[in-house]
Amino acid sequence: MISTLHRELGLTDGELEQIVDRLGREPTHTELAMFSVMWSEHCSYKSSRNHLKNLPTEGDRILVGPGEGAGIIEVVPGVAVAWKIESHNHPSFVEPFNGAATGIGGIVRDILSMGARPIALLDSLRFGSPDDPKTRLLIDGVVHGISSYGNSIGVPTVGGEMVFEDCYAENPLVNVACLGVIEHKQMNGRGEGDGNAAILFGSSTGRDGIGGASVLASAEFDEDSLDKRPSVQVGDPFTEKLLIEASLELIRSDLVVGFQDLGAGGISCPTCEMTSKAGTGIDVELESIHLREPGMEPFEVMISESQERMLAVVEPSRVDEVIAVCSKWGLEARVIGRITDSGNVRVLSDGEVIVDVPAAALAEEGPVYDRPYERPSWIDEVQASAPGVEAPGDLKTAFLELLGSPRIASKRWAWSQYDHMIFLGTIEGPGSDAAVIRLPGRDEAVAITTDGNGRYCYLDPYEGARLAVAEAARNVACTGARPVAVTNCLNFGNPEKPGVMWQFAEAVRGIGDACAVLGTPVTGGNVSFYNETNGRAIYPTPVIGTLGILDDASAAVPMSFTSDGDDVILLGTTGVDLGGSEFATVINDSVGGSPPTLDIDAERALIETLVELAPLVTSAHDPSDGGLAVSIAESAVAGGVGVRIDEDADLEPHVALFSETPSRAVVTCTPASTEAVVQVARKHGTPARRIGSTGGDKLIFATFEVALCDARERYETGLTKRLSATMA
Amino acid sequence: MTSLATPRVGVVLFPGSNCEQDCVRSFRALGAETEMIWHGEKSLPDVDLVVLPGGFAHGDYLRTGALARFSPIMTAVEEHAAGGGLVLGICNGFQILCEAGLLPGALRKNVGLKFICAWAELRVENADTAFTRRAQPGQVLKVPINHFEGNWYVDDETRERMVANGQIVLRYTANPNGSLEDAAGITNDGGNVLGMMPHPERACEALLGSEDGAVILGSVLDTLGLSSATSGVR
Amino acid sequence: MRFTAEVKVMLKDGISDPQGQTIERALPALGYTGVGEVRVGKRIELKLDAEDADDARAKVEDLCDRLLANTVIESFEVEIS
Repeated sequence: MISTLHRELGLTDGELEQIVDRLGREPTHTELAMFSVMWSEHCSYKSSRNHLKNLPTEGDRILVGPGEGAGIIEVVPGVAVAWKIESHNHPSFVEPFNGAATGIGGIVRDILSMGARPIALLDSLRFGSPDDPKTRLLIDGVVHGISSYGNSIGVPTVGGEMVFEDCYAENPLVNVACLGVIEHKQMNGRGEGDGNAAILFGSSTGRDGIGGASVLASAEFDEDSLDKRPSVQVGDPFTEKLLIEASLELIRSDLVVGFQDLGAGGISCPTCEMTSKAGTGIDVELESIHLREPGMEPFEVMISESQERMLAVVEPSRVDEVIAVCSKWGLEARVIGRITDSGNVRVLSDGEVIVDVPAAALAEEGPVYDRPYERPSWIDEVQASAPGVEAPGDLKTAFLELLGSPRIASKRWAWSQYDHMIFLGTIEGPGSDAAVIRLPGRDEAVAITTDGNGRYCYLDPYEGARLAVAEAARNVACTGARPVAVTNCLNFGNPEKPGVMWQFAEAVRGIGDACAVLGTPVTGGNVSFYNETNGRAIYPTPVIGTLGILDDASAAVPMSFTSDGDDVILLGTTGVDLGGSEFATVINDSVGGSPPTLDIDAERALIETLVELAPLVTSAHDPSDGGLAVSIAESAVAGGVGVRIDEDADLEPHVALFSETPSRAVVTCTPASTEAVVQVARKHGTPARRIGSTGGDKLIFATFEVALCDARERYETGLTKRLSATMA
Repeated sequence: MTSLATPRVGVVLFPGSNCEQDCVRSFRALGAETEMIWHGEKSLPDVDLVVLPGGFAHGDYLRTGALARFSPIMTAVEEHAAGGGLVLGICNGFQILCEAGLLPGALRKNVGLKFICAWAELRVENADTAFTRRAQPGQVLKVPINHFEGNWYVDDETRERMVANGQIVLRYTANPNGSLEDAAGITNDGGNVLGMMPHPERACEALLGSEDGAVILGSVLDTLGLSSATSGVR
Repeated sequence: MRFTAEVKVMLKDGISDPQGQTIERALPALGYTGVGEVRVGKRIELKLDAEDADDARAKVEDLCDRLLANTVIESFEVEIS
């Protein structure tokens, strides 16, 4: 029977052979289930590892890079933050509310496992068209799930993205990034110390999220296989909040040797990973695990993905204290096993050994694939197709249409449902280029953002990925913060298709090249493959989460115009970059041509300029989706201050207004500072030119003008109008 | 002034509370001493003001505040209030006070059926209370709201009495949640218990967008300073 | 004896029920006409030891008064079996 089961579990014949070789025997069912989750794409990175290893991962401020629960970045000596992004795409499509909620729960526990208090969340969301009723329900469910879970655990949701594109209709992307601050000491997930106790605390274990492995149940128990159905993971934010507080108290009291959260792979994951890292082993007593339902099979217990659980390794003399802390917080905590020096994960059930596998075999010796990749031929056709650069009939109409397009319009409808203020640290919140979060009780702040442009990556994955890295860094620099680290969430189709694998390889190469020049090493992240429905893949969508550091939170630069009479200065040069732009898509209904070409050195110079300019400018915002005109409008609407702009005479008006040339930013300053601003830009080799001034109650461009209140109306209601047909 | 005792503020921590640290920080910045009180305690330490902070006490399961009112500390809070001691319930704390019967009425889901986190404007309707003495009558305060159940309801008879008594202390200038009387903050008959949905502790610093919350928190500290000055009781 | 109780908690008549109203408003879009007066409530099930059905009912009603329902805005019905 086992010879066919492995395939249904997602293991190949070759992988089974590798397991049998390693063990010197056939695996038991429970062992097979554990291998199937630990060697899954999600846990083992078997298709991506060969490419990811080329990413730059080291830097002066990087204390912990990829491979741990989260990256750790030094802010100032003695103060460090944890930063990581994760995807929860498929669960959110199946059950939007709980999928999004448990996505938050998972990343929050990753941050917690490093000893950090989670202090901010960003949600990077991608859906199909908001005109589709099915999509509307999906959006409502996801937003409600984030609101319900994030608000309840008391971690502010301070930003993110919400992008609409048909390719995500049957495969939405829900990526969640979390920032934490190390409170007492940095933890690691090492299961050190022969004889130490392994304590499982938090929720009980049920049949949640058993997924593909349920074939083990149905293969054996055909009659009642209905009862063995895997259930959707259901989040319990209350227990998560208690888990956060209990875990931090355990660390403060120096009661644990190491700990790790339970996510994908359930108990199997921390038992093998913690011991493999430490060179130890573990004996788990199956009957000690607190179960939610009767009659669970051993394999179900070992791979259940029940939420809100952590595994702590504790010296025997501290076990009672650990249990007391958990119990104070109302959490179940039980010793489920002991660390050994065997090097093996052993699971005992009623005294019988049902699993006996080298920890490293599960955690580290999974297969690595060098998947074939090939540039798909359709790329040439798409790049040769019309990019949709023709001038619109009426510039003002086009401008207002862009401002109200769902991708550009305000996402206030979503983020006003998220607590974005708790912890008294949100200096710049949702709607900004980057969120600026002051660290609790300190002057320093970090700026965080997520960015990605699947449309650009579809046209050219290498350029598209570089552009995402550049935009994220620029968004952070606009606040005055210096970008120092990147986490990434790589959302792609089926890696077994050479065309998809090529997109992946190109995107990773692009990220690596851009990060190396911008000095933002990759501290970890997540790969999500198989984002396909009915054989149709999403646009390749690498999402870049960039973190920057600001020594003084009160010096953060806002994106909004703040007062009348400021000079408006454009940094960088506008070129003809309309391929894949919002203008081409919304106004000319065309996705073709090539995305903008990034001059990474110009980008680096711009970032240096922005960081140095922070004390001199009153606002900064970069033109991205919709170009300069939209960027100006966003700053004007946010500040309630009008503006007069003279456009670049060398360009056609619609190019000057809507081109998405990267490496630009719009800053404002008092006229007295203009000369100094230009001098700083010149020093870094960044072109700088005064293009207008703020004031009044209109947006005045060379070719048309719009009342500020009309622009605001378009911007603020663009999304809700599209969503409101059936939603309350 | 230095001879006056520093007002002492006790912040109750329920499992699931999440605004307790923000309350502590804002009260401390205004010069108070603070102490965290675990919900499982049966008696209060020596504090002048008890704060029930925002959050999701006991997960807000069943109904907001429904389980928290049975936490052991609540008996002591009730005694403190019955003796005239000051109690401030913010957001979830307001919901708990209503469930516990320390304040009239109940808080229902917002009429829009959405959680709302946004800045709100509150008009001070009664500046002659222990919680608003720093305000001018009619002064408008900018303070954020952050709730799903802030739609206050009470029967007509009680409502009329409360309006007449000046117990509707804070009104929204633009009602965000359907609350009766546009009420954002109300007191009990004795005026020593205030419940409010908006979060004054989030609005005590210009960098965060408003310092108006300090009008409320500072008023309580002024009240405590006055009572200690006149009675000598700490 | 062991009894099973079903408790139905509803908003009192006259208390606005935005959840019910929202569902009601959505119905015509789905093609349902002539449906109205939608009210949303909670159903709670529990088991308890009691001397007899009356004792069980008394205990559950007390529980409803104190915890399960907020009688300022909610009413409840108890069924014992």
